Amino acid sequence: MPNTDIPNGSSRLRSLTLVPHESGLATRDFKSDQEVRWCPGCGDYAILAAFQSFLPSLEVPRENIVVVSGIGCSSRLPYYVNSYGMHSIHGRAPAIASGLAASRRDLSVWVITGDGDALSIGGNHLIHALRRNVNIKILLFNNRIYGLTKGQYSPTSERGKVTKSTPFGSLDEPFNPVSLALGAGASFVARSVDSDRKHLQSVLRAAADHEGAAFIEVFQNCPIFNDDAFAGVKQPSAPGLIRLSHGSPIRFGPEESMGLTLGAYGALEAVPASSVPSSSLVTHDETLEDPSYAFALSRLDNGDFSHTPIGVFRSVERPSYDSLMASQISEAQAASSHTDGDGDVDALAALIAGNDTWEVA
Amino acid sequence: MTKQVQELDHVIIRFAGDSGDGMQLTGDRFTQETAIFGNDLSTLPNFPAEIRAPAGTLPGVSSFQLHFADHDILTPGDAPDVLVAMNPAALAANLKDLPRGADLIVNTDEFTKRNLSKAGYDANPLDDDSIAQAYSLHPVPLTSLTVKALEDIDITRKDAERAKNMFALGLLSWLYGRPAEGTLAFLEAKFGKKPEVYKANVTAFQAGWSYGETTEDFSVRYEVKAASLARGKYRNITGNTALSYGLIAASKLSKLPLFLGSYPITPASDVLHELAKHKRFGVRTFQAEDEIAAVGSALGAAFGGSLAVTTTSGPGMVLKAETVGLAVSVELPLIVCDIQRAGPSTGMPTKTEQADLLMALFGRNGESPVPVVAAASPSDCFHAAIEAARIAVTYRTPVVLLSDGYLANGSEPWRIPEISSLPDLSAEFAFTTSPNPADNGGGFQPFRRDPATLARPWAIPGTPGLEHRIGGIEKADGAGSISYDPVNHDLMVRTRQAKIDGIAASIPDLEVDDPDGDARVLVLGWGSTYGSIGAAARRVRRAGHPVAQAHLRHLNPFPANLGDVLRRYDKILVPEINLGQLALLLRGKFLVDVISYNRVRGLPFRAAELAEAIEEVITHA
Ligand code: SF4
Repeated sequence: MPNTDIPNGSSRLRSLTLVPHESGLATRDFKSDQEVRWCPGCGDYAILAAFQSFLPSLEVPRENIVVVSGIGCSSRLPYYVNSYGMHSIHGRAPAIASGLAASRRDLSVWVITGDGDALSIGGNHLIHALRRNVNIKILLFNNRIYGLTKGQYSPTSERGKVTKSTPFGSLDEPFNPVSLALGAGASFVARSVDSDRKHLQSVLRAAADHEGAAFIEVFQNCPIFNDDAFAGVKQPSAPGLIRLSHGSPIRFGPEESMGLTLGAYGALEAVPASSVPSSSLVTHDETLEDPSYAFALSRLDNGDFSHTPIGVFRSVERPSYDSLMASQISEAQAASSHTDGDGDVDALAALIAGNDTWEVA
Repeated sequence: MTKQVQELDHVIIRFAGDSGDGMQLTGDRFTQETAIFGNDLSTLPNFPAEIRAPAGTLPGVSSFQLHFADHDILTPGDAPDVLVAMNPAALAANLKDLPRGADLIVNTDEFTKRNLSKAGYDANPLDDDSIAQAYSLHPVPLTSLTVKALEDIDITRKDAERAKNMFALGLLSWLYGRPAEGTLAFLEAKFGKKPEVYKANVTAFQAGWSYGETTEDFSVRYEVKAASLARGKYRNITGNTALSYGLIAASKLSKLPLFLGSYPITPASDVLHELAKHKRFGVRTFQAEDEIAAVGSALGAAFGGSLAVTTTSGPGMVLKAETVGLAVSVELPLIVCDIQRAGPSTGMPTKTEQADLLMALFGRNGESPVPVVAAASPSDCFHAAIEAARIAVTYRTPVVLLSDGYLANGSEPWRIPEISSLPDLSAEFAFTTSPNPADNGGGFQPFRRDPATLARPWAIPGTPGLEHRIGGIEKADGAGSISYDPVNHDLMVRTRQAKIDGIAASIPDLEVDDPDGDARVLVLGWGSTYGSIGAAARRVRRAGHPVAQAHLRHLNPFPANLGDVLRRYDKILVPEINLGQLALLLRGKFLVDVISYNRVRGLPFRAAELAEAIEEVITHA
């Protein structure tokens, strides 16, 4: 078994403090020999390229990176990354990755999922992985449609969506994935866009620097079944695009003319920045313990992309599940009278014998 | 006053009362005393699924049956020799099982008008001569005697009444000459922090003991001598505890950290509870959000190099099926423990059954072979768990380990094995792309197999140079990359099957117990029916009829000699607590016309009824 007990690197990202260090890796090191097979123009290509060129910056040997996915177009991604990987079953990647990360703290574990995979069939696993705060990084590629099964509406499709399974329009309200993750008590929640590599990579890095579960929604275009679903925020100059930056006043719109103020019941309202005193404009703070503000930010987006924040909504400190599990084990081992630790045959013999024994001569 | 002592070779006692009366605890303590005394024993707890069914009603009755003897015994016994009934409902629910002449001890204080009507009695049955004539009736005002004995102790009346189970235990301990030290030590450990409650329980126990000694009603004391068991150190153990210890032992023997992903379900939860205690052995227990995540987390841990386990019962097995199929496809070791209970659906959660066998073998999509191992007795769960781990680790495959509610909660004395007698399960991870360096050109091939076992390399994350991707999509033989090639799929389907079939080479031949060697009838069983079948076979032989017995630990693959064994006998009787699942497999695989014997009542077979069924087959053989 490889050494799972690696001392802290000096300037490591926080979720990687137990992961071995290796510098000098390049993007090409993370490309597998498999031919990439998404449709031409699919947003997944851009996300894969951003991910592969981001991985060297983690300074983690590729054998210590594991990518786990479920089922769907996006879930093919592990095959294309030259690390360890598992293309699992529909919706279950967060559960599988949780078991792996909880038992192997020397790994950097990434989950690749989609809106159907994570929010429909795997909804339960997603919310529990987030609340549990296992050290896994979840990338949800949201294309608001089922691609692999050829175009049914998904749990993020807008109501009234006409698809093969809903010729008269879909009836159900969509999930807002960021709101859902915040509601589940996630300690790190962010959003990015497939076409903005720089932004996506900055969010990936912030996720890697977070100890515990990180959730990133990535707007992903599916040119075949739901083209231009995110057209409203694709241009860097899109008027509704709100770029969140911790510690900075929130400004957006033409020439950053718009800002946010705190409205009734904690809701946020978009206002012309010049219409209110600058002191009443909201400054972004991703570290607030109370998730209400982050939730209000997520609710600004009402589907028409008139106000759509991207960036890190929330990033708060909370001990990760795997670190708590590890300390329970090491405390129990320290308290054990059998000093040889877990390998001790005597300890095993004492365990199975228990306290109520008798001899037959 | 000196009492007459009568020697018996075995006794079956059933304690029955309301769920709130502490009958399971009473039974447990009597069992421990009996184990320490040196009798052989076997137990059958039987309790409602409801945590607190309405007090005093028939559904609320909880019972604990204990069979102990001066010789080795195999079952908790068919019918009690002694019934302790703590209330009218306990009497009503259990009287039908009591043979004429048996001892019947009743707590008369609880036979109030209200309690009688809750139990469905119009009049007090104790006033009726028929009970007194049919049984050796001992009416004891247990509650009031207990309260009176505790007068000087500063506790509430309710707490005093609660101690009546200790009074009953004291009385029975006196009656059968059980050693009391263990119970006193137990009470100290349990109630030591509450001195008054501790004192109350000890006093109640002693009062019960003295009551037996002084009252005229109990004129005879019984003696059941210690059994002459094989030399060694013994303890009493339940199936779920033995299974948990077997998993920890397997972790040590394989030098793999143990990971349990589990979701609470009756009757499997005690394995989760037990393993959660043993963090000092490096055990990781993960209580997942559902059955699917429980097995999923275990599979993730298996990918990372843990000895990975998930525990459940039938309804959970259904939910885990897809992930077990993935484990078959990615060929990773995984132990799936199904502590079977009565089904279908929710069924009867606290009652036993053997009806998940075919699901274990076939309950997945596609050709998805999985080895199946079954435990035969409570203590055998220990060895069955080690065997499941051996197969999983050696062959890189999920393995289903079948236990059931009867084994899970039942207990028996267990000769504690020496650790050095346990098998070596050392697992080898892959460290190089190929064991043969000259053959290293093409890079790592995650599906290139060991020629002997057909197992693929277990290359865990963190191993440089062996990076690879696995998944549920069909893989190319050797390289493991995605393949939709028709010929390759056919090859992979057959190879996965051949790998599982090949496990037969590593398991011992089926042994047949035929003392005189002239039997023409074979009784073949599997799982928890081992004890009942064995006891029935003894009866039949005592009656002068030869019968052979064999019991399957491996249900997939079968031992290599099974076909030969089956063909050796004129008639084969297959008793199962299902409607004939093993029988279906045997008929399908060996074209042998086996005779099924099936009772699906949520209870183990009675030795008497099985003996009758065997006699019947012998007569017509
Ligand atoms: S169907 Fe859509 S999401 Fe799937 S690969 Fe094609 S473009 Fe991409």
